[in-house]
Amino acid sequence: MKGVFVWLEQRDGAISTISREVLGAGRTLADQMGVDLTAVIFGHNIGDAAASAFGFGANAVIGCDDETLSDFRVEAYGPLLAKLAQERQPAILLMGASTRGRDIAGWVAADLDAGQISDAIKLELDGGVVKATRPVFAGKLLSDVLVPSGLQIITLRSRAFPTAESNGQTGEVEWVGAAISEADLTTKVVGFESSEGGVSLTDAKIIVSGGRGVGGPEGFKPVAELAEALGGALGASRATVDAGWIPYEHQVGQTGKTVSPDLYIACGISGAIQHQAGMRTAKIIVAINKDADAPIFKLASYGIVGDLFQVAPAITAEVKKRLG
Amino acid sequence: MKVVVCIKQTPSTTAVLTVQNGEVSWSDPSGDKPNVLNPWDEYAVEEAIKLQEAHGGTAVALTAGPPESQEALKTCLAMGCGEAILLSDPALAGSDSRGTGKALAAAINKIGEAKVALFGKQAIDGDTGQTPMQVARALGWTPLTFVASIREIDPAAGTITVERLLEEGRQIVTAQLPVVISVVKEINEPRYPSFMGIRKANRATIPTWGAADLGVSMEPSKVDWAKVYALPTRAANTEIITGDSVAEQARTLVDRLLEEKVL
Repeated sequence: MKGVFVWLEQRDGAISTISREVLGAGRTLADQMGVDLTAVIFGHNIGDAAASAFGFGANAVIGCDDETLSDFRVEAYGPLLAKLAQERQPAILLMGASTRGRDIAGWVAADLDAGQISDAIKLELDGGVVKATRPVFAGKLLSDVLVPSGLQIITLRSRAFPTAESNGQTGEVEWVGAAISEADLTTKVVGFESSEGGVSLTDAKIIVSGGRGVGGPEGFKPVAELAEALGGALGASRATVDAGWIPYEHQVGQTGKTVSPDLYIACGISGAIQHQAGMRTAKIIVAINKDADAPIFKLASYGIVGDLFQVAPAITAEVKKRLG
Repeated sequence: MKVVVCIKQTPSTTAVLTVQNGEVSWSDPSGDKPNVLNPWDEYAVEEAIKLQEAHGGTAVALTAGPPESQEALKTCLAMGCGEAILLSDPALAGSDSRGTGKALAAAINKIGEAKVALFGKQAIDGDTGQTPMQVARALGWTPLTFVASIREIDPAAGTITVERLLEEGRQIVTAQLPVVISVVKEINEPRYPSFMGIRKANRATIPTWGAADLGVSMEPSKVDWAKVYALPTRAANTEIITGDSVAEQARTLVDRLLEEKVL
């Protein structure tokens, strides 16, 4: 029977978090179907990362280690994955719904004329076909979609599936050659500017966000302090980004990032439908707002009606006291 | 040089959606128009107009959709695009991003002379984000996705340098034209349509092309949208934490969060 393939991302010699989630989801599907899980990984000097995929549940690992693959370029990565999928004929190909995962999934789907599903948050097996649940209309609705015939390519949303943990096992990686040589590539990566430190919103387990209630750029201080005390990331509503109080990279919501943390604390955010679309799948939502009628309270697990400038510092102090 | 900007008409961000018998409908309680130019596409339109201003030539707005999509094209004209083309054919209705991508690619070839096709990163209805890549592969052009800045473009030399916004930073990439670019919000600040622009757009007749004009036919969708439904309602049982002091409220909240094992 045809197997399950997962395409893995690696950074600095280790498999990325999103790819460990993909390995976890792939393992579950492969077990249900009674087939092998094959991990596919590309890059340069990736021997350790490739071998570690066995520990995260892969039955087989196919790697390509080539200088042309040291930076992610879809025109180098895409044809290679398309070629492997063509040769090995998996039933299902999974990858993370990251910038890289979206690129390579789209390339392979186009070149193999296969059906592709983006941003799945749940996978359910129905015969040999996966029914994927995904948010649509910017998270305002859900839909169930499937690819009834041929290769099923599915990208998985970050933090929607449990992360595979390693049992330390390694194995023999099957190494293959690159599909394209440098001379045939039309793009060159000429630089990389890392973004400032801090926790990335989409990976964060805890997010503390500020809305219009913070009143200005300085108003984010108590919000950021609470985020820091909790080891979380700093979020923001669209209104505050549009007002220029905080950079866009912090924006949560329909035209910002969609997040799914364990804990989301909304400070001075009224909870417009566009904001809700980006955070309503958080496990626990806490709302702090002066206005007891703010829509955010309808969504929240816990609410405190009060001034964020008093409440947020009080929580920060309490967290520091209790959690050291 | 022509620049094509592919856009879509979508429900407005403030629209409230309802599902009945699997059919999605929407209205905008704020009283604004329920259908708008896809918000992500505004950035692509702005960038196309900027290229038109800097390098001459024409920014051509293109969409595939029902006849009423020409409203979104009029927004593009009002913002400053030189031309607009509507690709509309009942034979193409219900296409997935593969089918739409092939139709858009055929239209871009028919427009001709273009070296750059711009897209927003995704549309806020289907949210698949797949169309730019489908179009790039159908045209055989180089895809540059999630672009946060066009640093340099030299149409004569046929080169472009962009910054791509990845999870952990900006990747600077040079490529040879022609390219398909999808843009992110950081790339620019979209302009508002001018009064003169709106008047001009209202008078414009937008050419409509059908499947026969492009020599494309409807392909069966590979993806089956089995079901669309409303989100499960969330915990209506909000616990409002009260107390004699803010410190006490904070203490109770931290107790609850520890019980929930989220700290």
